[in-house]
Order: sequence, then C-alpha cells, then structure tokens
Amino acid sequence: MEKEAGKMIQSCPTTQAQSQLAEAVLRESGQNVNLCYQCRKCAAGCPISYVMDYKPAQLIHAIRLGMDDLVLNSKTVWLCASCETCTTRCPQEVDVAKVMDAVKITALRRGVKPAIPQVASFYNAALANIKKCGRMYELGMIVGFKLRTFEFFKDVGLGMKMFRKGKLRMVPSLGGALTTLRIFRRVKNVEKKNRNA
Amino acid sequence: MAAKYAYYPGCSLHSTGSEYDVSFRAVCEKLGIQIDEIKGWVCCGTSPAHCTSRLLSLALPYENLLLVERMGATDVVAPCASCFSRLKTAVHEAAEDPDIAGQIREVLDAPLPESVNVLSPLEIFNDGTPIAEAVTKQWPGLKVVCYYGCLLTRPSKVMQFDECEYPMAMDELLASLGIATLDWSYKTDCCGGALAVTRTDVVLKLTHDILEEAVAVGANAIAVACPLCHVNLDTRQTEVEQEYGTQYGLPVFYFTQLMGLAFGIPPAKLGLQKHFVSADALLSGVRED
Repeated sequence: MEKEAGKMIQSCPTTQAQSQLAEAVLRESGQNVNLCYQCRKCAAGCPISYVMDYKPAQLIHAIRLGMDDLVLNSKTVWLCASCETCTTRCPQEVDVAKVMDAVKITALRRGVKPAIPQVASFYNAALANIKKCGRMYELGMIVGFKLRTFEFFKDVGLGMKMFRKGKLRMVPSLGGALTTLRIFRRVKNVEKKNRNA
Repeated sequence: MAAKYAYYPGCSLHSTGSEYDVSFRAVCEKLGIQIDEIKGWVCCGTSPAHCTSRLLSLALPYENLLLVERMGATDVVAPCASCFSRLKTAVHEAAEDPDIAGQIREVLDAPLPESVNVLSPLEIFNDGTPIAEAVTKQWPGLKVVCYYGCLLTRPSKVMQFDECEYPMAMDELLASLGIATLDWSYKTDCCGGALAVTRTDVVLKLTHDILEEAVAVGANAIAVACPLCHVNLDTRQTEVEQEYGTQYGLPVFYFTQLMGLAFGIPPAKLGLQKHFVSADALLSGVRED
C-alpha cells in the first residue's frame, strides 16, 4: 500500500508540485499526506490536542504547504503520545501517528531544536540505556534523563515509593547488551548507506 | 495436549510491572499452560525507538522473533500491550514493505522468521482453555471496568485484535470467571503513556478523566492489560487526587491478578502488595468462600 501511495503522487497532476517536506515524510514513513481532505477526525479524537500548538489536521496541512519552520518547530509532534487513535480513524488511511514520527525524525536530522526538549531528552536517555543494557534499566534511564534535563527533584518521592514496593531493579540485567550494541551500530550504518544512495 | 508458548515479558514486566509477570505465570501454571521465557531477549525499543528511527524500531522486535524461532516455537505471548504492539507492527511492516524487510535482514544478518504468531494473553486464555473449571472463589461484590488502553487494539489493521473502539475480550474473560464487568466509554481512551515522565500534567488530566468515568458508572475496581496504564492509573492516582481535589482509592488490577483471585491463588503470590492503591479493604468486603 505504501508503494501505491508513492505511485499516486507521481501520477496525479494536482500533487506533482508537492512540498519537499511532504516528500521527506513520504520517504521516511511511506505516508502520503496529500490524501488528506481535512475531515479533522484525527484532531477530534486526539486526547492530547488540547495542549498542542497545531492540531494534527493543521499539521498535515502545513506539511502539504511546505511550511517547514512551522512543522519542524511545532510542539505537536513531541506531545503526540502515539495512541494511534488518529491512525485508526483516518478515512483516507493516512497513518497520522507515523507522520508525527517522520516529522520528529526529519527535525532531528536537520538539527532543529525539539520544541519540547524534555521529550527528546527522554528518548535519548531511554535509547542510550537500551543500547548499553540490552533491556530498559529504569533507574539508570531516570538518572540519565535527569542529567539531561536538570529536573533533579521531579518524581523523587514517587521513585522512592516504587523502589520500596520492589518495582525498580537495583542492578541492570545485561543479558542482551552485546546484541543491542550490535543492532544500534548496524542500524546506523544501514541508514547512512541508504541516505547516501 | 497442554498449550505451549514462548514468553516475551519485556522490560516492564521485569520491573515496574512485575505483578503482571508473577500473576501471569501463576495463572498459566494453574491452567497447565506452559510458557518458556525467551533466553537473551532484548527491549522492543517502544516509543523512543519508533519516534527516532523506523529501522531500529523494527529490528529490535525482529531480534526477539528470531530468538523465538531458534527456540523452535511458533507462538510467542507478549503480555505488555506496548511490546505486543511493537512485535506485531514489525511483522506487519516487514510483510507490507519488502525494502524495509531487506534492511531489517541486513541489520540482523539473518533471514526473517516467517511463521511466528504474536499473541496477547487475552487471546491464549480465550482460545478454548477451560478457564471456568479452575474457579474456586467467587467475588460477587466486585464491579470492574475493563480498561484496554491504546495499543492492544490500535491501529486495527495491524493489531487485528477484537473490536478496536469497543473491545470485549477482557470483559468476556472476567465474566466467565463470575466477575461482574460494567459498560463504560473509556475502554480505549489514552492514559498519556510515557508522557508521565516528561509532561506529567497531561497524564494527570487524562487519568483523571478515566478515573472519573470509572467511578461515575459505579465501578469499584479497574482491570488493565498494560504495565504503562497500570503505572499511570495506580502509582499516580494519589497525585491525581491531590491535583483535582478528589478521592478515589480505586484499586487497579492486572486482569491476570483477578483471574488468580478467582482461582483461589493467595494475593501475595499475585503481587497485590506492590500496588500503591491497596485492594485489601475492597477484597475483604466482597469476598465469598
């Protein structure tokens, strides 16, 4: 289906002059935002839209218009909780949640500062943790997150209580560490090769 | 013949959601279902992976599916809704997109397994297992709302699990154990998930909505099938009460814990003592031997 979406862009005269950003989203996610006819089901169902600066339907429209600055600097994509409600309800089968991911990936690649820096820091802390430990080691991840955000006192009481209840591990299990190190390295190489191709 | 599955616990079931792990194991043992934990499993990557690299988010799940194949198994059960979703998404995307399948193969340096079924515990228990026969205790006062969250059913074309807007699998399972479940409209509404770490305000608002509706329909407990939903509804419930000036004290169970209670397994063996909102008062009030 993703292939068909790609073909449709080439063959449809009204979408030939599409924005570079829409093309970047298509490349990254296989999603053709030009299929959107602004019914706004995605915005209506989104549980997070009340804190977003642009509703999902508005963001899709801005991608079509090639408004790179607005899209890549929006809080919307960083606030998306990946609940998949928009994706499930889109009558045009645009995977809106995947579009959100594609915009984040594009923003990171172009060196745009994330509009909600804590969320990007959380991803970085979690990924560094998975890469080194093989599995998520929550205590280590939280320390990594705090070092990146300087929010040292947030949720400390909650963390202590979780620890007392035996919900946090003292030491990481490093069983899959070599595997994840290898996977992370090879993913980077394959992505680099494909970008240069 | 006893059913047998490879078991992918995922990171949460080894830490913040360890009650789900112990109760799932206890229930499987009671029902004679054999589950073998995958040796050397790695994290599925969850949101941090799919938000930053599509290839990474598919390669990590596939590494685990390769391990399942090497165990000689064809069915893998993943209780965490997020792991379940990532494993199924990887299978779906590799089947839909030969290019990405080729890239995953290149990363893992192995042919991708073709015949691994990814299952939720709800599917294996609803698969003709004679569950009602194992019931030894009745809990007639329990009034439970089943909270499925986002990722068990969405996106429907990937998950192909039950009715995506109004699932019934958990309700039917609990009903078959004699536990009353209630209709409500927040079954698949989002709790905010991992935003709890970064934008706690959003999670407090969304969980407040969910808890309000649960109380409004007359529930005295919530059943969940996702460790992230559990953390937000249980461990942050006091914070919600403080923020909104409310008082719920609403116990949040993994559905496997409720199964265990109906099978007469002692609460301590189901990890109930790890909950922030104690279920002791509720359970002593609704119990019937």
